Amino acid sequence: MNNYELMVIFTPVLSDDDFKAEQKKYATLVKDNGGSIVAENAWGLKSLAYPIQKKTTGLYWVLEYAAESDFNEKLKIQMLRDEAVLRHLCTKLDKYAVEYNARKKSGVKSHTEKAVEA
Amino acid sequence: MAKNEIKYLTAIKADKRVKKFCRFKKYGMRYIDYKDVEFLKKFLNEQGKLLPRRLSGNSLKYQRKVSDAVKKARQMALLPYVTDLLK
Repeated sequence: MNNYELMVIFTPVLSDDDFKAEQKKYATLVKDNGGSIVAENAWGLKSLAYPIQKKTTGLYWVLEYAAESDFNEKLKIQMLRDEAVLRHLCTKLDKYAVEYNARKKSGVKSHTEKAVEA
Repeated sequence: MAKNEIKYLTAIKADKRVKKFCRFKKYGMRYIDYKDVEFLKKFLNEQGKLLPRRLSGNSLKYQRKVSDAVKKARQMALLPYVTDLLK
């Protein structure tokens, strides 16, 4: 089992319910393949830094999960086939990244924020 | 001690240059988050290009991590590939 982080940009034309349904779809996909979800974070509508498929905004969703390494290939196929997905990024998290995310979730100031103040 | 006092006609350059340091090493940051755009912007110039190590003072190990994080952020349209007046 490895820790991964998935970030997806969905099309902005999705309604709230559709957006939730998409999130649920991928969350269950992770669970069905023997993975477990660590954290879920829907950023919602955000403007893109540059247009993707002639769209200037996108619905962002971040999912942190733990799964076997062969699961990502399946996930990728699903992502590429999905019309609602503009773009996705899957990152493997090392132990420092897991620590960072855990600290961020618990609300304690991260190192980054500390350095920003300094 | 008055003997040792030497008076100069023109003021000598006293501003000793502050040594640059790697902020990641100094503050013990081990992971650079690609989602934290405001932080990554510290390492970019006006056009959204990555600043060289010469200017940012990063160690090689962390400069690589910064560049990876910036590239990920660009892929996910969190940062632009090319722009003017980023800041």
